[in-house]
Amino acid sequence: MMPVRKTPSYDKLTRNITLTVISVSFAPLILVGGLIFDQFRSIYHEKVYAHLVEVVDKHKEGIDTFLREKLAEIQFLNKAFAYGQLTDAAFLDRTLRQMQQQYGRIFVDLGVIDESGRQVAYAGPYDLLGADYSNAPWFLESRDHITAISDVFLGLRKSPHFIIAINNHTDGSQWTLRATIDFLAFDNLVENIRIGETGYAYILNRDDVFQTRPPASRARAFALTPVAAIPVHSEAEGVSVSRSRGSDGETYITVSSPLKSGDWMLVYQQNWDDAFSPMIRSEFFTLVIFLLGGLSIVAMAVFISRKLVARFRLMDRETELMNRQVVESGKLASIGELAAGIAHEINNPVAIMIEEAGWVGDLLEDEKKELSCGNEVARALGQVRTQGERCRDITHKLLSFARQADSKVSDVALVPLIEEVVTLSMQQARFAKVSFELDLERAMPKVCASVSELQQVFLNLVNNAIQAMEPEGGILTIACRADGQCAAIRVQDTGPGIPASNLSRIFDPFFTTKPVGKGSGLGLSICFGIIHRMGGEIDVESAVGKGARFTIRLPFGFPARRGEQSKEVRYD
Amino acid sequence: MNNGDRIRLIIVDDEQEFADVLVKRMRRRGMEAAAAFNGEQALRLMRGNSFDLAIVDLKLEGMDGIEILRIFKMLDPGMPVLMLTGHGCEAAADLSMKNGAADYLSKPMDFDQLVTRALQVSRREE
Repeated sequence: MMPVRKTPSYDKLTRNITLTVISVSFAPLILVGGLIFDQFRSIYHEKVYAHLVEVVDKHKEGIDTFLREKLAEIQFLNKAFAYGQLTDAAFLDRTLRQMQQQYGRIFVDLGVIDESGRQVAYAGPYDLLGADYSNAPWFLESRDHITAISDVFLGLRKSPHFIIAINNHTDGSQWTLRATIDFLAFDNLVENIRIGETGYAYILNRDDVFQTRPPASRARAFALTPVAAIPVHSEAEGVSVSRSRGSDGETYITVSSPLKSGDWMLVYQQNWDDAFSPMIRSEFFTLVIFLLGGLSIVAMAVFISRKLVARFRLMDRETELMNRQVVESGKLASIGELAAGIAHEINNPVAIMIEEAGWVGDLLEDEKKELSCGNEVARALGQVRTQGERCRDITHKLLSFARQADSKVSDVALVPLIEEVVTLSMQQARFAKVSFELDLERAMPKVCASVSELQQVFLNLVNNAIQAMEPEGGILTIACRADGQCAAIRVQDTGPGIPASNLSRIFDPFFTTKPVGKGSGLGLSICFGIIHRMGGEIDVESAVGKGARFTIRLPFGFPARRGEQSKEVRYD
Repeated sequence: MNNGDRIRLIIVDDEQEFADVLVKRMRRRGMEAAAAFNGEQALRLMRGNSFDLAIVDLKLEGMDGIEILRIFKMLDPGMPVLMLTGHGCEAAADLSMKNGAADYLSKPMDFDQLVTRALQVSRREE
């Protein structure tokens, strides 16, 4: 019984090996990779936040210091000089020029405003003497404070600026000393904060009005909506970080810090992707490497498992072939044993028959003359003896055949061996109407081979030939002659021949054209194996309609190197 | 040769018919022949008589041919023993030769050949 090979089991094996290799390789990769990825990400985020917070905090300090310094300067003027001096245009002008010498053109102008809001003294580039500020928002706001710094506004001069105002009282009436701070000088302080491509800072007042120049590329309608506050461990007070969604659909990181006692707000904003671009870049590279690695792991897993399974398949096939060969040769051996047993059993009665016939012959010698039918009895006895001897010949041949069921290597004379095989196949040939034509060269060196294996080879070839010619019959030619250092044995039939498509596969194991159950497809492959182990060759020539010719070439006296030669399997 | 010039021989074979017909034919050829169908009978015969030659079948029920050969060689080392073997039993034939058999023939054999061999080996032993 031939076990049916299930290819799906190999497919399943391939799949299992592939999946195992992939999961075993990927699980730690994904775990470790994910962990490192996550750690890297959070650490990087924290670093970026901390850096931004620090930058914003420093600038906030800087701006606050700037404002405080300018305020202190005006406060000094206010304290050092009396109303009378400050309202003197020449003095005020001189003072302004001194301040400008000291600080550059940060202070644009100076002015003194009386209680009613009228500017009573002015030094500066504009003609603002006598200007009425009674309705100016900054003036109204500053009335109740000793010092005030206004928001940025255009004012009468139609150019952005802000004002530092200090209120004072002289003789019961309030007057105000004010200085204008150049917007550009202030703006530079903030514009210096530029990080990356999209990072910039600006200052907003309580009503979210820009106190610095908005960036050139910023759309008028652009709005940022904080989505989530990001907690940052930092010593900077009042600085808050949040993730915001811009009206352009992008995500931004915003860092804000209150300025000027909370009147203003220093805001730093940067496109999220820009802020984390180095991280995103390295994440991208890591991901690419991971994917490429993963891809190669998958490819390797598939490749290796296919190769492995192919090897398994080949090994299974080999094992199966070996098993089948063992079974086949076991079969032959048991047939041999059976034949030997029968031959032995038959020998005894035959021997008795022959001896009894001989005894009758002995007795007849004396009585022959008196018996009228003496000659006829003698002839009959002779016939009994002849047929008995024929029986003996048959049993002897059977016994010779079974003599060596093992594959012991010895010097073998090919011709008697072929004759034995022919005798054994005679009956089968007669039924198939096949006649033998023998062309055997008797004086030929011996070959070194196993008798039983050679018998198996010849029986197989003769059997195949006879079966091929059934039932029409034909001529089976067996020739055996020396050809150089080899014995060439030719087994040729006059059957239908072998189609070219089958010729190349004819020695393959399990290849058979016989109906299922009739042939194992092993006969010729076993022959092939046996002949090759003996260092010989076996070929087939055939064409449809012209019969088939098998030629075996066996070297004379080939040294037995069976052990080394028996298995020469290449898997790759 | 103890009784005139007639050769005395013992045939040991468990095929009784075979042994009997051989005995008859041998006697007809002028020999004194006795048959034994197994080891015990053979030993009994050996005790009472002396033989010039023994023909022993290798395959026997009970005590087999080789054992009988050994015992014969112990009882009468001078008596040649001719073994009958099956065809193709060269190994057994070799074994019997090593154990002192004079010659062997494979069954079924030609009777005349058997007689010739028998005469040959008995003369050789003389």
